[in-house]
Amino acid sequence: MIWNEAKECMSRDELETLQSARLVKVVNRVYHNVEPYRKKMQAVGLEPGDIRGIEDLYKLPFTTYEDLNANYPFGMAAVPPSELVRVHASSGTTGKPKIGVYTRHDIDIWAECVARCLSTAHITRDDVIQIGYGYGLFTGGLGAHYGAEYLGAMVIPMSTGNTKKLIDMMIDCGVTSIACTPSYLLHVAEDLEKLGLVDKIKLKSAICGAEPWTNEMRDQMEQRLHIKAYDIYGLTEICGPGVACDCDYHKGLHIWEDHFLPEVIDPATLEHLPAGSEGELVITNLTKEGMPLIRYRTKDLTHLEYDKCECGRTMARIQRFKGRSDDMLIIRGVNVFPSQVEAALLTVEGTTPHYMMVVDRIDNNDTLEVQVEVAENVFTDEVKSLEALSKAVHDKLKAAIGLNAKVKLVEPNGLEHFDGKSKHVIDKRKLYE
Amino acid sequence: MFIKQLSVFLENKEGRLDEVLKTLSQGGIDLLSASLADTTEFGVLRLIAKEPERARDLLKSAGITARVDDVIAVVVPDAVGSLQKVIYKLHEAGINISYIYGLSVDGEGAPIAIKTNDPDKAAGILEKENVKTLSSEELGQ
Repeated sequence: MIWNEAKECMSRDELETLQSARLVKVVNRVYHNVEPYRKKMQAVGLEPGDIRGIEDLYKLPFTTYEDLNANYPFGMAAVPPSELVRVHASSGTTGKPKIGVYTRHDIDIWAECVARCLSTAHITRDDVIQIGYGYGLFTGGLGAHYGAEYLGAMVIPMSTGNTKKLIDMMIDCGVTSIACTPSYLLHVAEDLEKLGLVDKIKLKSAICGAEPWTNEMRDQMEQRLHIKAYDIYGLTEICGPGVACDCDYHKGLHIWEDHFLPEVIDPATLEHLPAGSEGELVITNLTKEGMPLIRYRTKDLTHLEYDKCECGRTMARIQRFKGRSDDMLIIRGVNVFPSQVEAALLTVEGTTPHYMMVVDRIDNNDTLEVQVEVAENVFTDEVKSLEALSKAVHDKLKAAIGLNAKVKLVEPNGLEHFDGKSKHVIDKRKLYE
Repeated sequence: MFIKQLSVFLENKEGRLDEVLKTLSQGGIDLLSASLADTTEFGVLRLIAKEPERARDLLKSAGITARVDDVIAVVVPDAVGSLQKVIYKLHEAGINISYIYGLSVDGEGAPIAIKTNDPDKAAGILEKENVKTLSSEELGQ
């Protein structure tokens, strides 16, 4: 089903005309209302009048997390604070979280985009949908919630953390669709199998996102739960989930180009690459009022395909992600940077010992183990102070990233050391293969 | 009163203790006493050795984390309640015991190592109470 055929199936010409008009408007708005953007543009000798359409996009400077951090929290907002009705946030590399701010109109556009995604997964007002993403600062819960309500489905705001209740309500309320992380859905599948309840559920579809997943995972959830599973993509800074979604043909995720203008750049040279090239995905907010981002570097590596999809949509498709151009990890749907672990170790010990993050997926649950080298400067003869060190690192990490990491104290020669650029992550999940 | 204790950090994995002891024996370090404090994740090996600083440096060059600390060595007489008497004196003075273990050193009575949160105050009290102690020199350190 197509939610907004007039937009989702626009001809490329029409779409580019719309994108151009919107780009000109948004560039004007940020130039006049957002000082950091005005300065960035002036630094390269650009005035709003120089941007006449999407063909001029490549003249515009990039926006990165560093810009958001330097202007945290509202320095990049394009409207007065009284116009803002919502704030969401996810982890930043260092220092401040990445935030997204929304006007009432932004919330509506977001709901429209999520509704398009849900329709792509054939969810309608007759469906009963459980939202199994965390409700709160994380965009997943409220984002999916508003979109599903806008669509007219019956929404059960489960949030996370109580699988038993989720299963009970899934059966009691005749839930037909679920929105959650793919690893969590596999965990739910396992519990349903253990309880012998797979035949008791009415689930037809799942819309999964917030972390990369593989075709094997899709096959597993489809076969085990007798459902269709769809991939949804988004990021807090741009909007949240609902930026893009895949359809029945699974040939990439349709990005709603009338709101989010995508391009691909070479992350090393920052050069704009021709359509179809592999590189870093860069997105420009065309319609956002609260904090429209111009050429925002997502750090996600992919390529775009523009040919019309068999589903009828003309919107470009984001292809399978090949990884990240930074060192961000997504663990249980949470963005985690090694620098946060470093910062936690620094606050605990005043120095950064060697450390290694070991990420794995055990029984469909992501696990994070932080191995910390016990060097001379942190070693004491008392067991209790070593245990206190381990607990302090755990607690700092919990506060910084919201995950319970297993902290393991290891001998200095226990970790591999690398010359120059040291390696701090072992990801055993193989999500990008 | 004070003796030198060599503490070694050990991950709980097969062969680690052997590795540490092998490094020390190959370096000709004479061990007088050993005690291991362990948790599920790691252990702290506490050794009383002759030449403790040289032992630490040997371990360090083998990539093993070790340090040397002062602990008090007390000789507890062979009589019922004599350890309790010593501990009570420390407790009375508001001193906390961090850990305690027996030393396998020849002689009369039962020698033990005591680590407290206030070593100097503890030493003062033990001296005042005429508690028999051992020195580094007596152990040949």
